[in-house]
Amino acid sequence: MGKLLGVVLAIIALVSAYPIVTHKYAQPIDISTHGHAIDEQLGDTMAEAGLAFVLSQLLLGWFIFKFTNRGQGAKVFHLKGGAKMMVVASFIFVGTEVLALGVLGQKAWAEVYFTAPKSDALQVQAQAGQFAFYFRYPGPDGKFGPLHPDKIDEGNQNYFGLDPANDVEARDDVVAAELAIPVNREVHLLMHSKDVGHSFYVRELRIQQDFVPGLDLSLHFTATQTGHYEILCTQLCGLGHYNMKAYLNVLSQDDFDKWMKEKVSEQ
Amino acid sequence: MDQAVQPQAQAHVHAPPEGFISKYVFSLDHKVIGKQYYGLALVAVFMGMILSWLMRFHLVWPNTKVFGLELLSKNGAPGGVITPEYYLSLLTMHGTLMVFFVLTNAPFAGFGNFFLPIQIGAEDMAFPRFNMMSFWTTFVAFLVLVTAFVIPDGPPISGWTAYAPLSAIGKDAGPGLGWGQTLWAISIALFCIGQLLGSLNFIATTLDLRAKGMTLMRMPISTWAWFITSCIGLLAFAVLLPACLLLLLDRVAGTSFFIPSGLVVSDRLQNHSGGSPLLWQHLFWFFGHPEVYIAILPAVGIVSHVLTNGMRKPLLSAKVIIYSMMAIGFLSWMVWGHHMFLSGMNPFSSLLFSFPTLTITIPATIITLIWLGSLYGANIQINTATFFSLGFISMFVTGGVSGFFLAQPSIDIYLHATYFVVGHFHMVMGVAAIFAIFSGTYFWFPKMFGRMMNEKLGMVHFWITLIGAYCIFMPFHYLGIAGNVRRYASFVDDFMPGLMPLHKFITIAALITGAGQLVFLVNLIHSRFRGKLAPDNPWNGTSLEWSIPSPPPWNNFGADHPIVYHDPYQYGVKGAMGDFVMQTSPEKIENEAT
Repeated sequence: MGKLLGVVLAIIALVSAYPIVTHKYAQPIDISTHGHAIDEQLGDTMAEAGLAFVLSQLLLGWFIFKFTNRGQGAKVFHLKGGAKMMVVASFIFVGTEVLALGVLGQKAWAEVYFTAPKSDALQVQAQAGQFAFYFRYPGPDGKFGPLHPDKIDEGNQNYFGLDPANDVEARDDVVAAELAIPVNREVHLLMHSKDVGHSFYVRELRIQQDFVPGLDLSLHFTATQTGHYEILCTQLCGLGHYNMKAYLNVLSQDDFDKWMKEKVSEQ
Repeated sequence: MDQAVQPQAQAHVHAPPEGFISKYVFSLDHKVIGKQYYGLALVAVFMGMILSWLMRFHLVWPNTKVFGLELLSKNGAPGGVITPEYYLSLLTMHGTLMVFFVLTNAPFAGFGNFFLPIQIGAEDMAFPRFNMMSFWTTFVAFLVLVTAFVIPDGPPISGWTAYAPLSAIGKDAGPGLGWGQTLWAISIALFCIGQLLGSLNFIATTLDLRAKGMTLMRMPISTWAWFITSCIGLLAFAVLLPACLLLLLDRVAGTSFFIPSGLVVSDRLQNHSGGSPLLWQHLFWFFGHPEVYIAILPAVGIVSHVLTNGMRKPLLSAKVIIYSMMAIGFLSWMVWGHHMFLSGMNPFSSLLFSFPTLTITIPATIITLIWLGSLYGANIQINTATFFSLGFISMFVTGGVSGFFLAQPSIDIYLHATYFVVGHFHMVMGVAAIFAIFSGTYFWFPKMFGRMMNEKLGMVHFWITLIGAYCIFMPFHYLGIAGNVRRYASFVDDFMPGLMPLHKFITIAALITGAGQLVFLVNLIHSRFRGKLAPDNPWNGTSLEWSIPSPPPWNNFGADHPIVYHDPYQYGVKGAMGDFVMQTSPEKIENEAT
């Protein structure tokens, strides 16, 4: 039975690794400028952690195979080097891995969070609420009108709580249920939540950021491919959480201008 | 000698119990309390498992009726079909039951209560009355929690992490967030009180009640694990308790600890201001991450203890494992922020939290390599307890390596809130810890109940569980890599159809593996009444629990106070009784390592 356990553990390790090695389940295409750094980091970690996983399972399986039920009174013995060798090995192998991944591998994080958005980035405000995202563009005047939570009235499509009667800047603000952006231009997303916690996740953009009620957070990214991509809420926000999604519509600059013109004329 | 011992024996912490109630219900005996904790965990684990069945079933057959479910919740499952909000209720209750009432109760409070005093040669816990209070508070916490199932509002839907303000606002935020969420907060606050009493007791007992000769370093690794865990528990639950009280105040007294101003929920501007949702997250995870170690360190201790016996040789170094557990316990306080990389917390602090998270892998690797290295040259016994310990090592490795991904903020941007996370924590905190509970059960059952468990059924249970657990939880990682988001009641996203076959595979595996646990239940119940009578020391063990009758008498060691002569794991040596020497045996061992 010990031999069987050894073999089964080895099989489990190899079968588990198979879909990873063959990329059967992989990330979708990357349409961002920073995503390659995340994918690279994920790949490097997969190589190191994957190797550690397979080797440890094989070793475990082999030792179980070899050292099970050696009979009553069989002489037991210790591995040469003992605990000291294990401690040294852990520090060397895992320590290097910690340093390599932990310190050098923060490039992607730095690209997303430690760089300021460019001054010409397109500013879009994103509001999350149970169970929809809404997006607001400043309109031709380039300025967002102030928000008045008490004026929020979904029945009359005032999702953001704008007061165009009194606020001049709010009059030309464009509100949309999809996030339309031009390709290859940086977007500076200004995020706030209307009610509870939500999150903004676009798999293809390799971006995920929580909306935290009471906090104004922001995010910046550049999409490099036109197309239609899903924006998902990834922070449990109530009964409709699974269905809270919107679309990211990456357009060519011309199409984006056209889209914007249409929206402005609708206001 | 008899005279010298006599006064101490009479000064036992409590008198022998008389009558059914003081013997089995409101018992002061740590062994009965340990069994009560274990029993409660057993009820909770089967409830939690059935909830997970319902969730898995709903995910892949969303419109299929579950026979009889409408009887449990008319609103949650009209006609037997689970609604999205009821799915979230199931999810919340599954997580809460499993994390608190199973993974904390069984390996720590259950086995710890029964065996910690015995393994150090004590007659009972330092504070038996606190001990009884600790269990009964936990029991009331459990009742309060499951009451949420039967109230009209239904159980809460905010997940076991109860993120504010969803959990703080009240019924405006959704179904289950009225009374259901209030019951949750009361239940967890009570649970914290129970754990604080228990932790204090464990610490005092370990430090004060050790038998003669039982130096700290002569304590078995399991006892060390319970001791370190109680130190963690004392600090962690002391933070969760006030957090839950503040949450309760926000809910029922109109305070705003976790609710900022200007929130519009269900078209109503909420009358709150000045609170911070991040405060809840910090408080919760300040408890929540150490909680992972509260679940896994006792497991590490139990497995080290069982494995040494099953290998018939000492570990390469028990001391290094103990020091590594301390290092893990210490580092566990510096890592909570890795749950919050994307929460809007300062991005620099994400890097600060990432580093200790990655570093904690070093002591965990040391422990794993010591186990692996110790297997080399062993004489591994074929029994269910040992096999579950070996399975634990496999799971511990698998769950550990996936942690390496999530510890890095740059990868977490993509994998956060996906099934990869679900796979990771189920593997390491769920399945691994449960393997240790099984291992401990098969190993200690004879001592606890005086009867042997059925080994054939045990092996059937082991194989179903090992293969089943991998079939369920390994694919979760693949789904996560593909970007499958967790906590969705239904998969409506465009990319999901391609992933549904894998989801079906997981559900079928979960149904089979879950059903396989009935083998364990049958074995447990059958062996309890009909099992072969157990000798005092069925596994040729060395530690103190094997030096007394199975089951132990009410005062453990009777009038004979044990004297300890050796380190706990004298296996693979020539002793009077075979290849081992018990801690209580005065015989000399050649070249005894100290």
